[in-house]
Amino acid sequence: MSFKRKDLLGLASLSQEEMALILDASEPFKEVSGREIKKVPALRGKTVINLFFEPSTRTRTSFELAAKRLSADVVNFSPSSSSVVKGETLLDTARNIEFMQADILVLRHSSAGAAEILARNSRLSVINAGDGWHEHPTQALSDLLTIQEKKGQVRDLHVAIVGDLAHSRVARSNIFALTKMGAHVRVVGPPTMIPLYLHRLGVTVYHDFDEAISGIDVVIMLRLQLERQGRSLFPSIREYARLYGLTSERVQRAAKDVLVMHPGPVNRGVEIAHDVVDGSSAVILDQVANGVAVRMGLMYLLSQRN
Amino acid sequence: MSGTNHRHESVIMDRHEMTRALTRIAHEILERNKGCQDVGLVGIRTGGVYLAQRLKQLISQIEETDVVLGELDITLYRDDLALRKNQPVLKKTDIPFHISDLKIILVDDVLFTGRTIRAAMDGLMDLGRPVEVQLAVLVDRGHRQLPIRANYVGKNIPTAKEENIRVFLEELGEEDRVSKLIDAESTA
Repeated sequence: MSFKRKDLLGLASLSQEEMALILDASEPFKEVSGREIKKVPALRGKTVINLFFEPSTRTRTSFELAAKRLSADVVNFSPSSSSVVKGETLLDTARNIEFMQADILVLRHSSAGAAEILARNSRLSVINAGDGWHEHPTQALSDLLTIQEKKGQVRDLHVAIVGDLAHSRVARSNIFALTKMGAHVRVVGPPTMIPLYLHRLGVTVYHDFDEAISGIDVVIMLRLQLERQGRSLFPSIREYARLYGLTSERVQRAAKDVLVMHPGPVNRGVEIAHDVVDGSSAVILDQVANGVAVRMGLMYLLSQRN
Repeated sequence: MSGTNHRHESVIMDRHEMTRALTRIAHEILERNKGCQDVGLVGIRTGGVYLAQRLKQLISQIEETDVVLGELDITLYRDDLALRKNQPVLKKTDIPFHISDLKIILVDDVLFTGRTIRAAMDGLMDLGRPVEVQLAVLVDRGHRQLPIRANYVGKNIPTAKEENIRVFLEELGEEDRVSKLIDAESTA
């Protein structure tokens, strides 16, 4: 089976086989990043454009490194320094990039569906690097690769996703990915942060973290978006940390070899305690390393399509 | 490959001939390199990996020494990567030793256009600077498109360009043999 898609817009529409294909293509790239000369010529002569309408250092850098290690040429486009401030529409920006003969467009945008609109209207391969509260597929794929690597498989694992599920594209992509790969997913958070539709995605909703974490194999902590404070989703950060923060006491209640994951950036002492971030269960930096591998694997597959 | 066509197969080397050829190559490697202290074997995926394993075993039987062994996937270095219709399956490169300061012997099953070997040499050079790179192949079928020559050849098989030569290996669930495959239609 080969990967036939032009774009990667989200995991909701991807089959289990397609996700497995991306993971299989990503794994060999870990070796490349471990070399002294971290470069292979697979995308030589191809052009990758990073178009980021939201601030992001980590994801953009990860995409940039991935493209460069494949020998592609990378251009970073950011709205503050581009024609967008002069009033150009998103679609026109993309058309311009297309006619500069770029091959892959990596897009981050605050509106859900932005990547899909571009994908439909241009010949470029579009990778969604986060669109509004919709999806962030490459982050979820890195998480899958990390779980698969540490646990051997994803099927039948019990996974908890904890935090603000209403405003998390990472959580949504992870829910699609994990349920399709056969994991049992629990979502945990205060009612203000758990949208009502979530149970329809095949997950179990918990409001009590202590109850939800018992026997769990993987716990994915979501970043508390402190910039959303003041929207009265919770009374105080201290209360949130007490009810939904991952402490070493809570880690004790999980399964013995529990994996602690976080998409970053981490708010130490808020959603996750210092000693847990630095503890032996945390695989947060493995997620980062696998993020580069997954992006390499994905760009390799997209550039192979004919 | 057209799936419906029957293929006519004529065997060119059987199991015994393959073993004899590999044994000779093992001897030649030891002779040329005066032993194998500073030699590393690198098999090119997929067939070359198994042949390299067999060479390692044969060498250890002859000299009672152990020669290091690695596996190289050349997919990312192919010059036709952008042209192919189907995606080649990506596998891992696994060379668990430093290739610098070693004489590296690349091992492949069939030497044809030489493009695979060009890719393998590029892949190898990205991992370090070997003292020397040598090439061992089970079959040389001619029709080179690049100036590349093998140092060790199991058997030279003159072929027409459109003929198909395949090495079948026990490790891949086949009976050991080298065959020429001809589409039944084209012989009719």
